[in-house]
Amino acid sequence: MPKIILDGNVTDSDFDVQYGSDLEADATNVLLPMKTWLEQADKLKGRNDIGIWLDADGEPEEIADHVNSFAVIGLNFPTFFDGRCLSTANILRRKYGYKGELRAIGDVRRDQLEQMRRCGINAFQLAEGQDADAATSSLTSFTVGYQATVDQPEPLFRRR
Amino acid sequence: MYIYDDYDQKMVEERVAQYRDQTDRFLAGDLTDEEFLHLRLRNGLYIQRLAPMLRIAVPYGLLSVAQLRKLAHVTRHYDRGYAHFTTRQNLQLNWPKLEEVPDILAELASVQMHAIQTSGNCIRNVTSDQYAGVARDEIEDSRPWCELIRQWSTFHPEFNWLPRKFKIAVTGAREDRAAVQVHDIGIRLVEQDGEVGFEVLAGGGLGRTPVVGPVIKPYLEKKHLLTYLEAILRVYNRFGRRDNKFKARIKILVRAMTPEVFAAKVEEEWQSLKDGAATLTDEEIDRVRACFTEPTYESLGDDVPEYKAALNEDFAFKAWVSRNVAAHKKPGYAIATIAFKETGIAPGDVTDEQLEKIADLADKFSFGEVRVTHEQNVTLADVRKSDLYELWQELVRSDMASPNLGLLTDIICCPGGDYCSLANAKSIPVAEAIQRKFDDLDYLHDIGDLDINISGCMNACGHHHVGNIGILGVDKKGEEWYQVSVGGSQYNHTALAQILGPSFAREQVPQVVQNIVDTYLEARQGEEAFIDTFNRIGLKPFKDRVYA
Repeated sequence: MPKIILDGNVTDSDFDVQYGSDLEADATNVLLPMKTWLEQADKLKGRNDIGIWLDADGEPEEIADHVNSFAVIGLNFPTFFDGRCLSTANILRRKYGYKGELRAIGDVRRDQLEQMRRCGINAFQLAEGQDADAATSSLTSFTVGYQATVDQPEPLFRRR
Repeated sequence: MYIYDDYDQKMVEERVAQYRDQTDRFLAGDLTDEEFLHLRLRNGLYIQRLAPMLRIAVPYGLLSVAQLRKLAHVTRHYDRGYAHFTTRQNLQLNWPKLEEVPDILAELASVQMHAIQTSGNCIRNVTSDQYAGVARDEIEDSRPWCELIRQWSTFHPEFNWLPRKFKIAVTGAREDRAAVQVHDIGIRLVEQDGEVGFEVLAGGGLGRTPVVGPVIKPYLEKKHLLTYLEAILRVYNRFGRRDNKFKARIKILVRAMTPEVFAAKVEEEWQSLKDGAATLTDEEIDRVRACFTEPTYESLGDDVPEYKAALNEDFAFKAWVSRNVAAHKKPGYAIATIAFKETGIAPGDVTDEQLEKIADLADKFSFGEVRVTHEQNVTLADVRKSDLYELWQELVRSDMASPNLGLLTDIICCPGGDYCSLANAKSIPVAEAIQRKFDDLDYLHDIGDLDINISGCMNACGHHHVGNIGILGVDKKGEEWYQVSVGGSQYNHTALAQILGPSFAREQVPQVVQNIVDTYLEARQGEEAFIDTFNRIGLKPFKDRVYA
């Protein structure tokens, strides 16, 4: 049961991340690597106890047809200064209309959370050693932003 | 200029609070060096050879007198009484204390300034034509568009962790004074069928692999500016290389994909954004434009007898005017540029007192605003011709009347090995040695337009690739050497300089420049400028002379 921040609250998640590529016969409540899931898509399609995760170079286009069957999608940040998954989040939410939990995994640290949130990531599985309460408070370090984003589709200039 | 409303102000204040917290956590040992490095870089703070260096954003180079006075105060109280104008129209402090940076940022926020995204792998300060709004060759004022881009790029949550730094330049004039062809994105205001829109270039840049950027969108309607930029940045953020920092700029991606394929990829992404909520509204364009209306010009004649008389009577004034004053769109007005290229002072360096003096002069002569240029000088954009003589006399008294704008001694130069930890070699002493060798003003005027650009390393902050003469510091087994190239140019005919041959020791560089100049003077026809002679005769005569 990993501890995550979900929609601003610290909570235990039913879903854990599986980093290895093997598919266990009794797998349940796990996020599988996208590649593993795609290889077994016929078997796994429609199972809402199985989620997936994309690495930073994972292309969301590959799961375009299945996106809304997942309860949880993970996005892996290999380092906190790699921003590729921020674009993946935008595509999943804005282009494909994904409504479920979108979780940052990997090197997830408090100073990046606010940006992730604005890109549509609503859950955070923090890196080792990160303080969950302090991280939660950093989600709101800015109260206003200029851009049209996933969390605020109207840019500031249409609201000011 | 653009005036912050409550939203803009709130953002910079929240940034000060956030950065203060990050600094406190670092000092308390709660943030690692690596983590804090990335965080402080997004606020312009480098840890350099001798001290931290803080780069303060001057959006598209525009400063009010209140901001100049605040910069003077900060320079005096938090630093050693001098600062440095950069080639991105910003201002750098060389000796701030790491623990005082949050206080400096709070001071800056009080005059609507900040250091946001002045370094790090994110979208940097947007730059523009220093003559925007007053140039005679202008299609449209670029500044409202720069401000719209500034706001869009400030804290863009998706594009704060790009593969590499990202620089955007905009020009609204026919003559390109913003070097848009050597930027990650270059934007030109262009006319098509009576409508003004944008031509968009992507993948230009200097650095290790200099590239003149290709046009990827010949015409873009104005309202689509921000959605189109978002599409470019998303393609770059996803597909730009991250495995090798020397291959991570967008120019490498555009080249690898080919400009056609890159443009198609951007177009595809853009179709999902086009006409969406981020499409600019007329109200927003008008709101920002209203900040850049013309000042209250007087209705004047262009023929100003007292100005003409001063030109005839005072040769030194005439020499300054012939180089440092440009034509203004309004009759009776002129654009005057203060060159910060006094021999013996590092190019672009300015003291606290000079900053205050510039503020006083801007108040008195130029509607209270100035522009920092990418050549590291300062422009007073709206001076009455009848005031030019008095302005010049005041500049003489403050050691700011160098009459060398655009001449060989108006050298663009990075801080180099004296300050910068990335540098392979020093650049400031090289600039000074050249300035000392060429100390005869008549001779310099005879040579005419000649840009020398010096960078202390491959990162090319001194834009050496586009100098008529480019000088690059290189490291050879721990020793400082200098590679010299010839024939680069900026403006409309941007060209990359060609390397002359094996590099030189520092003390040889002034004589090498002399040999290049001699080659030019012997070969030139009539009034031909250096670059035109070079384009006619090619590299060989220069090479033969220098290595004879």
